[in-house]
Amino acid sequence: MKTKNLILFTLISSSFLIFIVSIWKILATLQGLNIQNFNLQIIFIFGVLISFANLRIGNKIKDFYKSILFSLIFVICDGYLIQKLPLWYNIGIFLILYFFVSKINKYGFENLREQHLTQVIFFDFLTLFGILFFSFVILFPFYMMLITSFKTQIALLVNPLDFSINFSQDLKSLFKSYFVIFESYNFGRYILTSAIVSVGTVLITLIFAIPAAYAIARLNFFGKTFMSTSILIIYMFPAIVLVIPLYTIFSQLGLRNSIEGLLIVYTATTLPVAIYMLQGYFKSIPKELEEAAILDKLGWFGIITKIIIPLSIPAISSVALYVFMIAWNEFLFSLMFLDNPNSFTLSRAIQYLSGDAETPRQYLMAGSVIVTLPVLFIFVYFEKYLVSGLTAGSVKG
Amino acid sequence: MKDTLANTEKKTAYILTLPAVALVFAIILFPIFANVWISFKEVELKDIRIPEPRAKKIVKSISEDTSKIKILYKLRNSSLIQEIRDVSFQDKFPKNFEIKKLDPRCEFKKYILKCKFGDWPAKYRENFQVEFETNDGSKIDKKALKSIKPKLNGTSDNILLNTDFTLKNFKKVLLDNEFVDLLLTTFYYTFFGTVGSIIFGILTAQMVNQKFYGRTFMRSVLLFPYVAPVVALAYTWELLLDPNSGTLNSLLINYQIIETPINLLGQKYININVLGFDFKLRLALTTVIMFEIWRYFPLAFLFILARLQAIPKELYEAADVDGASPFQKFFNITLPQITAVISILFMIRFIWNFNKFEDVFLLTGGASGTRTLPINVYQQGFAISDIGMGSAVSIVIVALLLMFMFFYFKLLGKRVDEN
Repeated sequence: MKTKNLILFTLISSSFLIFIVSIWKILATLQGLNIQNFNLQIIFIFGVLISFANLRIGNKIKDFYKSILFSLIFVICDGYLIQKLPLWYNIGIFLILYFFVSKINKYGFENLREQHLTQVIFFDFLTLFGILFFSFVILFPFYMMLITSFKTQIALLVNPLDFSINFSQDLKSLFKSYFVIFESYNFGRYILTSAIVSVGTVLITLIFAIPAAYAIARLNFFGKTFMSTSILIIYMFPAIVLVIPLYTIFSQLGLRNSIEGLLIVYTATTLPVAIYMLQGYFKSIPKELEEAAILDKLGWFGIITKIIIPLSIPAISSVALYVFMIAWNEFLFSLMFLDNPNSFTLSRAIQYLSGDAETPRQYLMAGSVIVTLPVLFIFVYFEKYLVSGLTAGSVKG
Repeated sequence: MKDTLANTEKKTAYILTLPAVALVFAIILFPIFANVWISFKEVELKDIRIPEPRAKKIVKSISEDTSKIKILYKLRNSSLIQEIRDVSFQDKFPKNFEIKKLDPRCEFKKYILKCKFGDWPAKYRENFQVEFETNDGSKIDKKALKSIKPKLNGTSDNILLNTDFTLKNFKKVLLDNEFVDLLLTTFYYTFFGTVGSIIFGILTAQMVNQKFYGRTFMRSVLLFPYVAPVVALAYTWELLLDPNSGTLNSLLINYQIIETPINLLGQKYININVLGFDFKLRLALTTVIMFEIWRYFPLAFLFILARLQAIPKELYEAADVDGASPFQKFFNITLPQITAVISILFMIRFIWNFNKFEDVFLLTGGASGTRTLPINVYQQGFAISDIGMGSAVSIVIVALLLMFMFFYFKLLGKRVDEN
């Protein structure tokens, strides 16, 4: 039992070490370092040795000194004896090793006898592995998008692995792609269109959704249950099947290539979610408040504007943020309805830009950064509001 | 008294819901029915423009005489395929104008020239000319004359409104050699995308459900792919996977893992040797599915995390007392608690992935074996410009979805009964 646990522990921990060192090596390669191989075997041997030595030493030395000691040994062997690499790389390796050793410090020889230790170790390292893996896999494309927008065409072609940014150049040449897409590709106009369409959709959706949600939450009328169940079913219905009829109807009515057309479609597609989210919240408002209002002879308009809206500002703002994000990100309808560059939204403009094979990709990435930033900013800043709404099944994708 | 109160409540409710209901009906429900109608018609993209009678007004002076003028109207039918019936024409002139030669189809009354041109066949063109002279000999302002636009009216058949129906579209869609392939591709894309995103969702939710430093930040980061605009993400991935100078291929070559770049989005099949068995993997489709999983696992993550946080801690404490292993805890406590969420997620994601258009469209445009049904709607309707065919494919999508929902709810209903 003890040997089995020992072997498993060293195997798992050294695989984990390989994994973190490899991620660091990939990132270092992308800064222009010439690293041609991962030296997997050597790192694995080091991992096994460190894990074993760590167990052996146990509590005889303070954890802090132990970590420093192992890290230094590893850095000297890996960074200077095997391959000579710059200082910043080795500092990174040192920190990684310090992190690694401090993670395995909590295991000692006495623990190895514990029940289910292999599984505990497995889960512990799987969590660590998962956190790093998912952060890397998710953030990497975003990182690449941002860096590419600061590079030049030639630099990208010469060494696609060099992600370092030359900060010594002046700001104007650093942000050149951004200047170009604003000056020659008219991005200012697209941002404005996107902003108008998104904010417009939010306002119209709220104007339509608040009364409807109030009626569904509070009033008794024939067809109420039918309405509240059909909201969700309608929400599940695919946009792609609406495209052809809407295209034909909009063509005949002359609504294509117009902001009005987009506003109508976006409002209609976001209404079901908005109503669903709002009515859930309205139901939680105590009824007594409205009863008092009725005694004061307030009509439904007064009840909604004077009682319901002020009390549900959090819910309304989270709905507004969602609808904004949906409208801002929307692509399918803007692709179908807009073919005149004067009425493009940002997403459509970027797609149009990419249609031309000549367009340098740093411009494409600069456009992507511009379209992504507002959404990520809103999301990170208002995360608390948004996450509760997301779980209510709101943003469609 | 009570009855009238209930009545006013009803009335108010209808007033409050009517705008929303009307809009949703017009933009979502009506098009679904319109699809059925269009799918039984032979309509092409160029047919949907309503034919219009048009006139271009050209003002010409006659010799040196400034009090005389010749006006040429270039008349035409804007449609190349449809006729316009009972075309009427109307143009206004200044009060001192007198007409010289009057076309028998026209009359000039109260300084308004009215003509009835009858029926115009498709592609019809005519140069229609009138001459005027001022009765007081004053000079004619050509610019002012030109700025008055003639009005033309006519009736034409709207090809969408007639009652000629055909089964051609459905025959073409269903009997197409590639239809089975299309269905399979859509199914692979939907199924593996759904299952993959749920598996990753479980893993990440389990992970974030533990306490560690930077946990809230991690939760935000995990949701980034889901909230960022698809256009930006798709082009970033395209750049990342590019065979010529993409980061991924360059990295793999740099580490000598591969020798020649792999075109992950442009190659239909790749031969893979597993344990001595050669088999073909649909490469581009797999890449697209990976993107799909990457982009949509956050939704699964969020749903499952919310459920995990609601599981009572006592259950795990009791399991600890009984000496259960982490795996046992996961399979006997966690998994049964999240099955309900997973089955809802499976349905939602299955339906949405089944209809996903943007992701595949932006990554491959439906090339190299990634043509799914929604892509086919676009290709039929807009690339081949056959609106009728596009609608027929949409109807197939709706029918398959309804079938899926029906079976899903039947199965789910049974399971609920058993519990």
